[in-house]
This record gives sequence, C-alpha cells and structure tokens, in this order.
Amino acid sequence: MATLNLLILVCLAYVILLFGVAFIADRLAATGRSTWLRSPLVYTLSLSIYCTAWTFYGAVGYAARSGLEYLTIYLGPTLVMIGWWWGLRKLVRIGRSQRVTSIADLISSRYGKSNLLAVCVTILAVIGVTPYIALQLQSITLSFGVFVDSDAMGEYGEHGVVFWVAIGLAVFAILFGTRNLDANERHHGVVTAVALEAVVKLVALLAVGIFVVWGIAGGVQETLVRIDTSRIGEWQVDGGRWMMITFLSAAAFVCLPRMFQVMVVENDDERHLRTAAWAFPLYLLLISLFVVPIAAVGLDLMDQTDNPDMFVLTVPLSQGREGLAVLAFLGGFSSATSMVIVAAMAMSTMVSNHIVMPIWLSSRSGSASFSGDVRHVILLARRISIAAIMALGYFYYRLSGGGTALASIGLISFAGISQILPALVGGLFWRGATRTGALAGLTVGFALWVYTSLLPGMGTGVLSASVMMHGPLGLEWLRPHALFGIEGMDPIMHTVLWSLSLNTAAFCLVSLYTFPSPLERLQGAQFVNVFDHSTSPRGWTGSVAQAEDLMIMSQRILGAHEAQELFHREAELQGAWGGHLPEPTPQFLDRLERALSGTVGAATSHAMIGQIVGGSSVSVEDLLAVADESAQLLEYSSQLEAKSAELARTARQLREANEKLTQISLQKDAFLSQVSHELRTPMTSIRAFSEILRDAESLTPEEKTRYATIIHDEALRLTRLLNDLLDLSVLESGQVSLNMRGGTLSDVLDRAVSPALAGVDRPLVVHRRKSNEAIALYSDLDRLAQVFINLIANAQKYCDATDPELVITVHQMGGQLLVDFVDNGSGIPPEAQSLVFEKFARVSAEKAGGAGLGLAICREIMQRLGGDVTYLGGVSGGAFRVTLPLANEMAAQ
Amino acid sequence: MSRRVLLIEDEPNIVEAIRFLLVRDGWQVEAHSDGADAVEVVVAAKPDLVILDVMLPGKSGMDVLRDLRDIDETKGLPVLMLTARGQSRDRDMAEKAGVSRFMTKPFSNAEVLTAVRDLHAQATRS
Repeated sequence: MATLNLLILVCLAYVILLFGVAFIADRLAATGRSTWLRSPLVYTLSLSIYCTAWTFYGAVGYAARSGLEYLTIYLGPTLVMIGWWWGLRKLVRIGRSQRVTSIADLISSRYGKSNLLAVCVTILAVIGVTPYIALQLQSITLSFGVFVDSDAMGEYGEHGVVFWVAIGLAVFAILFGTRNLDANERHHGVVTAVALEAVVKLVALLAVGIFVVWGIAGGVQETLVRIDTSRIGEWQVDGGRWMMITFLSAAAFVCLPRMFQVMVVENDDERHLRTAAWAFPLYLLLISLFVVPIAAVGLDLMDQTDNPDMFVLTVPLSQGREGLAVLAFLGGFSSATSMVIVAAMAMSTMVSNHIVMPIWLSSRSGSASFSGDVRHVILLARRISIAAIMALGYFYYRLSGGGTALASIGLISFAGISQILPALVGGLFWRGATRTGALAGLTVGFALWVYTSLLPGMGTGVLSASVMMHGPLGLEWLRPHALFGIEGMDPIMHTVLWSLSLNTAAFCLVSLYTFPSPLERLQGAQFVNVFDHSTSPRGWTGSVAQAEDLMIMSQRILGAHEAQELFHREAELQGAWGGHLPEPTPQFLDRLERALSGTVGAATSHAMIGQIVGGSSVSVEDLLAVADESAQLLEYSSQLEAKSAELARTARQLREANEKLTQISLQKDAFLSQVSHELRTPMTSIRAFSEILRDAESLTPEEKTRYATIIHDEALRLTRLLNDLLDLSVLESGQVSLNMRGGTLSDVLDRAVSPALAGVDRPLVVHRRKSNEAIALYSDLDRLAQVFINLIANAQKYCDATDPELVITVHQMGGQLLVDFVDNGSGIPPEAQSLVFEKFARVSAEKAGGAGLGLAICREIMQRLGGDVTYLGGVSGGAFRVTLPLANEMAAQ
Repeated sequence: MSRRVLLIEDEPNIVEAIRFLLVRDGWQVEAHSDGADAVEVVVAAKPDLVILDVMLPGKSGMDVLRDLRDIDETKGLPVLMLTARGQSRDRDMAEKAGVSRFMTKPFSNAEVLTAVRDLHAQATRS
C-alpha cells in the first residue's frame, strides 16, 4: 500500500509539474511564441474542466446506482456544443466585444451595467459553487482514504486531511490564478495546465477502463455479459428525469462560472468553437466510454459496502495494480484541482470586481492617489476571495457531513447555477429583457433553490425534520420537497421545475411590465445584435439571400428598368448569362447596397439588404441611421412645405393683385361707360337739334334761336367735361405740378366767391367773417381757390332753400385750418353722403350742368395739398369742410 | 286715331328734340323723366310705343323693360331703347330683356323716325 506521504509527494510533484507548464506557457505567451498554446485543441481540452472529480469518480458511482442516467451529465454539454454552438459563438463574441471578465460581469453589462445584478449573480454563484468545491474536497479526501488506512489517516484525522487539501488547493489557485493581473483576464498558463490535466484524466480513465475490460473482464464480449448481469442492466430509463437532468447539465455548462471562464474569457479565437463543437463531445464520449464497464465490473468484484464512487481506484487496487491506481488517483486529483483552480479564479474575479472593489473604492472615495496601488489591491482582493471561497467549500463539506453522494451534490450545484440561465439567454436574444426582470427572476429562482434544495441538502441541522415533513409552521404546501402540494417528485426535479419555471416567469413578466433605461436598451441591442456590431459590421457574409427578393426590393426602389439593368450587369460580371439572376456574393451585395443607398440612404439600404440577406435583424445603429435619414427627409419635406407655403402666399398675393386689377379694370370700365354717357348725351342733343335746324321746314325764329342755344350750351358742357376729365386724370396720376406760394385765406376766398356766383340767375347769399380769415397760407392758392369755387358753386346749384344762403366759417385746430361751407338747404341724405366724392356721383335727379366730377377733383386737390375735404353729416344743410395745414406747419415740413 | 308715344328720358334737351320730331310726324308725345315710377306711368298711359333711356335716375331702363315684359298689358308693347353707354353688353342685355329695337346715342333723327314707324307698323299688323 502506498503511504500517505508518498501520495502527498506524488501530488506535490504533479503540482510542481503543472506549475512549471503554466509558467513556461505564460512566458511563451508573453514573448509571443505561443501559437500552439492558442490552438483549438488546447481550448477544447480546457473545456474539460466540466469533467470534475464528480465526473471522474462520481460517474462510475452514478452508473452503479442509477444505470445509464449518468450519460445525461454528458448529454447536456454535448447537445449545447453541437446544437447551440451558434449561441455559444454569440456569447464569445459578446465576451470579446464587451471585454467581459466573468458571467456576473456579462449579466451586469447586458442589463445596463448594473452592479446590483452583478452582486446578485456573484452571490448566487458563490453559494451555488460552494457545494461543488466541497464536492472536490470530499472526492480528494475519499481518494486519499482509499489508499491509506484510517489508522494512518489518524495522524491527520479525516477532517484534517480535508482541511489541508483545502489549504493546498487555495495556495495552488492563488499561485496559478493571481500570479499576475492580465488586462484581458486571460491566463495562458492556467489554461495550458488545465489542458494538460484534461489529458491526464482522460488517459487515467481510459487506462483504468482498458484494464477493466481487457485485464479483468477479458474482452468486450465478456464485459457486455457482465453489464447485462449486473444491476445496471436493470435500471429503467425515466424519460422525465433524463430530460430534466440533460437540460440541467446543459444549463450548467453554459452558466457555470468556471465554464464561462474557459469558454468565453479565456477564448483566443472564436473559430476554436468550431473545433470544440465536435472535439469536446468526442472527449466526453471517450471519458464516458468505460464508465459502465468499470461500474459493472466494480459491482461484480467489490463488496456491497465499498463506495461505488471510488471504483476507479478500488478496482485496480483490488487487482494489485498500484501504479494504475496512482495514475487514476492523479486523474481524479487533476479533475478536482483543475476545477477548483479555475472555479476559484473565476469566482475571485467576480467577488473582487463586483463586491470587494466597489466597497474599497467607495471607502476610498475622495482619495486622489489610489491609481498606484489598485493593482495590488485587486490582486490582494482576489487572493482573499480565493481563500474565502475555499473556506466556504470546506465549511459546507463539514456542515453537510460529507455523506451525500457526489452526484447529488453536483446536481444541487447545477440547479443553483442554472438560475442564471433565463437572464443570460433572455439577455442574449430578447431586447425586451430588463434589469428589473432579471433581478426578479434571479431572486425568485435563487430563493426557491435555496429553500427546496440547498438547505435540505445541508442536513437536518439547518432545516429540521418537522419542517421537511410538515412544512414551516405546519404549512404543508410549503414543504421544501413538495411545494404547493406536488408530491412524489424527485427532489432535484422538484427544485428545477419550480425554481426555473418561476424564475423564467418572473423574469419575463417583470421584463414586460418594466421599461429599460437607455443604457439597458443600448446594451441590450449590442448584445442581441452582437454580430452586426463587431468585426466587419458593414460587410455581407453568408449568401442565403434570395436573389429574387433582392430583385423585387431593388425594383421597388430603383424602378424596374434600372434594377433589371443592374442585376443583368452583375450577372454578366459573375459569368452567368442568359437571364440568370446574380449570386448574392458579398461584392454584389455591397454594390447593390451602394446603388440603393443613392435612393433611400445608406442606413436604410443596409438595413433593407440586411433584412433579406440571412434575415439578419436590424441593429439599433441601423435604426438610428434610418431615423437620421428620415429626419433629414422630414427636414427636407418641411423645407418643401415652407417653400410651398411661400408659393401659396405668392399665389394668394397674385390672386389678390389680380382681383385688384380686375376691380380696377371694372372701375375703369364703369368710368369709361360713365364718360361715354356724359359725352354722348350732349352730343345727342347737339346732333338732333343741328339736324332739326338743317332739315326741318317752317321753323319759327324763336325756335331757331332756342335750338341754337341748346347746341351752344351742350357744346360748353362737353368742353367742361373734357376739362374736368383731364384735370382729374392729371391729379390722379400724381403728375400735377403744384404752384406753392404764400398768401392769406381771405384773399383766396375773395377770389373764389365772385367767379362762383358770376352769371347766376339765382342769388346765393354768402356769409363770411373776414376778421377770422386773416390767416397766412402757404399752398397752391389757385388750386385752393378752385376747390372753394367748386364748393360755393355746388351750394348755389343744389341748395334747395327758397332764399339760399351759405355760411363760410374758419377755425384753427391742432395746427389745422378748417374752412366750413354750410348752406341752409336740406343737405345730402345720409345714404348718399359717402358717395358724393365719387366720380360721376350725382345725388339728385336734377341736371345741374356738371358731369359729377367736381367733388372728386376737389378731394384729389386737397389731398395733394396735404389736407382733405369732407362732408359734415351732423349739420343741417349741405356742409363741407376743407382741412388744410397751417402755413407755419407747412413751412416746417 | 292718334298714335301715342311715351318717352322716358331724363335729359330735357333730348326729350325736346324727340318730341319735336315725333309731333311733326303726327304723334302724340308724353314724356317722363324718372325710372322709379316709369312702369306705373306706362301702364297708366297705355301708349302705342315707348322710347326708353337706359340710364335713368331711380331705376335703370333695363329693369323697367324687364318689368314691362312681366306685365300682361305691356308684354307686347313696342319698346325702343336708347343708350349713351356705347357697350355691346348693353345691347345683349336689352335683347335678352325683350327689347323691340335698340339704338345708341347719338342717333340721326331719320333713324329714330324710321324705327318708331317700323315698330308701330309691326305692332298694328300683328
């Protein structure tokens, strides 16, 4: 029998070897000569930390206890690697593009860089992984126990061994994982060492398997016979449980912090996943190949009391193959150490980044000089975290009594860690997932897992037997293994069913009812559409595009003719003749995108082709770019709108001008019609009477005289009319030249009164107060006199009083000179007052000899002189007022 | 039997000239100078023929003509219309309103006489 010391020596030697390998790998990586270290093989082997001591030892025990069910543990990861490698690729791409350091970091980053979420995931991971680490401690202790009598162990005591193993692993992890602090959190040395360990465990297990099949059973055929006769052949396959555990192991494969560490954080090249997609399942196949034979032969050979978990060691030992047993021991040791190291590394990153550092930074807030020692602090935080995690594992092992079968501890751990799955997968594929939703899901799932799985797994010391049997406070529906009265289920299935389904439900519902912050939405878009953002985001790869769809779209945008020409040209370039559509090669798609962008804008064009080519979803940037283009279009259209409004305004102005012109034209027509009438009427009389004088016989001399007088008067009337028309035309056109000069009002009135009354048969008495009229004027005195004459003549003509009188009064008011002409007649009826100044407006039916232009001319004249003439409606009798600026006012102007 | 003409015209000189012509031709001439009550005057006077000016104070000759054509007694009355507004529009309007003859001022005396005789002859024939 190997002594404990010898085993410890072997372990130490092995560890030193690993350390050396890691050291050399790190040096090679540092000097850039590490191409082989970055091979997909190393990556694949490093993934094998999935196979821990649980798998190494426990799978055989699992097979011995539950038959082929152990395969589910391998089936989950296999399905993930083969069936979901594109999902993993997305994970890896996000990990690289977002510089993610751990799964907690990933979740936090996805949901708006929420540290609260990171802390939750970290705590969940710590609690979930603690049983797993305890499991590794247990397995190492058990494996020691196989070689060494309990007497020999006595020197250390069983728990002592565990303690020292934990210490050893902690030191190991600290030495490996925190020797240096890589900016990108990659540990080439560790990964290389882990890959070496993966080889060791595979070789060890294969060696034991080959020995069992050909050394003990005597060949494949005999082994199969032994399997058939053993208990393993009798186990029934429980479909539900199989599916559940397959799912669980698949979930754990994705969510386990250590798997995330090697798969995402330590990944050098995304393409390694392609190799791993077949190589890792192959590794799993090989490592599981001899599990059943070893279990069957073990069950055959060994006592009932022997722990089937240790068959890998005990079977060779029972045959006296100590060397093989030591190799197997090293394989198990490798499994445990690689898992513990990577897990501790991953966990310490999470704990230090999301818990220790925030606390330390906030406690140091205000201190300016922490930049120098941050490295040191981080390293220290990681080392302490590793020690703490190991201590937790140790205490869990002590608490749980170490009695539970390895596999069940592993499953509890898996179930715990799987609670991350909804938030993770939702975050990768669902833009609507929110931080609150993720928190709610995690909390619900975590709480249920703790209550139904973790606490009961710690033994009756934590949850009393009565709680297990009758529920807390006697509430039966709250029994940890029969929630809501669902009994008879396997505990682990019960846990997974309740925790994951309620976790997912909470995650989805809360996500639906909460609104993500802008940062969350941005991050969500970056995650969900990671392939549109990282490496060559504007290039088209893959060619599942339907050329017909592209053609249809292009026709819509470019027009049928141009699109067909473009496609035809492209087809010819590709060498396809005779009406074939071109293959959607990246070059063609790029050119098409450019062609379309000329019409719809670059972003829209990119998004549209993206929709067709491989159905790639449209990224936020694309949408934003589309929105920008739309905004530009909107701006353009608003400019157009402004222009069209301007045009409408112009059109309205034109219309108004046109209406005015039409009106003026109508006025002109009316004026011409009036002029025609005023001219033709006297001409009619003249013609008629001149014909009478010429043709009629036997006219009396009185008749002749009378008719000649009529002709004479009508000729004068025509002359007056023509004079008035010319006068008005000159005044209206503004071409009149005013003869401004100084004078007095009384002089102007004197000049006006006598001609206005000259040769009139009917007397008009004019009343004036000459003392008021001594007012100096500066104006066109002739024009002013013309106005006065007109007004006086009007009074003489139209005043209907029997003894017509006209009173001329003069006022000065506010720099204005007011001259009122009021007669004692009946005046102008109110409805006609506004018309008297219009051309040809004759108020009464009686003919007064004028053409009706007098007052129109007066008004024109007064307006030219800076004054006005108005009718005073409130006065009895005809009353006109002439307004004129005073001389000093005029001079001042 | 005497032939009676009603002359509706606001220009006294023209009234005098036409009266002189028609009286010498053997007509009995009545004159009226306002448009507002012209229709009543026509209905009351029952002339053989009406000479109507277009531009009348109170009511346009055109409206007077339309009213006359709406009244049974004057529907067929010969109406000679005179206008000083030399616009073809007026002729159209007058013809639409049912004028018998339309003349533009200034006219020759012979024209007026011929028109009046023709209109009367047509009216008595029918």
